[in-house]
Amino acid sequence: MSHTHDAIVVGGGLVGTAIAYGLQKRGLSTVLLDEGDVAHRASRGNFGLVWVQSKGLGAPHYQRWTRGSADAWPALARELGERTGLDLGLHQPGGLHVCLSGEEFEARGAYMARLRREAGNLGLEYRMLDHDETAEMLPGIGRAVVGASWTPYDGHASPLYLLRSLHAAFAGAGGTYRPNAGVSEGTAAPRDFRVEAGGEAHRAPRVVLAAGLGNAALAPRFGLEAPVRPQRGQILVTERARQLLPMPTTTIRQTDEGSVMIGDSKEEAGYDSATQTPEIMRTMARRAVLTFPWIAELNIVRAWSALRVMAPDGLPIYDESDRFPGAFTANCHSGVTLAGAHADIFAPMVAAGGLPPEMAPFSARRFHDVRPPVHSAA
Amino acid sequence: MSAPLFTARPEARPAAVEVLVEGRPVAVPEGASAAAAVLLAGTPAIRETPVTGSPRLPYCMMGICFDCLARIDGVANRQACMVTVAPGMRIEPQRGARAARPGDRPGAAA
Repeated sequence: MSHTHDAIVVGGGLVGTAIAYGLQKRGLSTVLLDEGDVAHRASRGNFGLVWVQSKGLGAPHYQRWTRGSADAWPALARELGERTGLDLGLHQPGGLHVCLSGEEFEARGAYMARLRREAGNLGLEYRMLDHDETAEMLPGIGRAVVGASWTPYDGHASPLYLLRSLHAAFAGAGGTYRPNAGVSEGTAAPRDFRVEAGGEAHRAPRVVLAAGLGNAALAPRFGLEAPVRPQRGQILVTERARQLLPMPTTTIRQTDEGSVMIGDSKEEAGYDSATQTPEIMRTMARRAVLTFPWIAELNIVRAWSALRVMAPDGLPIYDESDRFPGAFTANCHSGVTLAGAHADIFAPMVAAGGLPPEMAPFSARRFHDVRPPVHSAA
Repeated sequence: MSAPLFTARPEARPAAVEVLVEGRPVAVPEGASAAAAVLLAGTPAIRETPVTGSPRLPYCMMGICFDCLARIDGVANRQACMVTVAPGMRIEPQRGARAARPGDRPGAAA
């Protein structure tokens, strides 16, 4: 015997829970299957930026998606606050990408100019600030800061309160949460899916795979593919200090409680999320102190690493199966930034039964379109 | 004022080191922690938490709980249970989050 629902969501992290909440609050009875603490739990290592200005170069659809999510965030935070009483610590005062050399500054200027060209009619408001202009926005910067790019769209929030409030709001709306429910079997037919997990069977006309790195193995069972790999990121956290940062940068933010978080690394390290490497921690700390010399006074009280969920081109994957309509994937490395889009843009698409044409560029089919290298005649 | 919650065992080790807890002298044995001095001083709280301002005293005495954070000899946010007393040590309450000082360090913007 199986439990019947309107939708099955696989993955209890930020992505799966935001989608499950978005479905449940729209009246679809949804079961959320969460594997357990054997999963890699990218959501629990998240840095907490709601970030726009470094997303989507060469991929205007992703730039648009990210902006849409940042725009959807205030309403989501308000709604989750009302439903759960939790303050997500959302602030969207704009943000800075700090440059520590002339080359970095020049490259950043070219990057932002190209991002604006690609934004088309959406537009992109930004400014390149010199040292003095940066110091006006962020008091206490070091002499090493050459300048920064600024946009008004950026911000940050508490990833842990977001995850907790999404779970609480999902349960409060009547959703069914199953912990310790790794998927053991899955069978697919068009708009008829059966998933066995945690000793139970669930059946629904829709299934959404949002299991992060777990999607790579799960997707083929449902006529989909998710070629994602882990990319390790490390984070340093200082003791709590009085508020000194009026806005976040790409790599440094101060939480509502006062901790300064430093996250400035990307490593290919397989599935190892139990290691922090001294060289990388040293480089992160050095760049943070060059940016804000006062950070050197603070003690580091925690450090961890976690695994980003990366597609080969670094962009999210959203897909619907051709063979089995009703089966979807959602993979990204920005579970906080994109929470607004997942709950209030993607979930309605799933509820309506299919992804509209503007989502086509996010399909994993893009990885099929690999042309052989062109050899010049000369 | 009620009797202090904690007293030293004079037969174990003599209270040979004098430190200042919130400016008041307290005698503690050599090798004791600053947190022990705080408890012997009978002060009602050695820190107020940064988020809610809730008062705290040393608790775990082994470096885990961070409830004994104090300003010791002018350095903010030290774990008093992990610091050994020295004659004349000044142990002050840590009220809320510590300050860090923009512009105070070499290399900072003018």
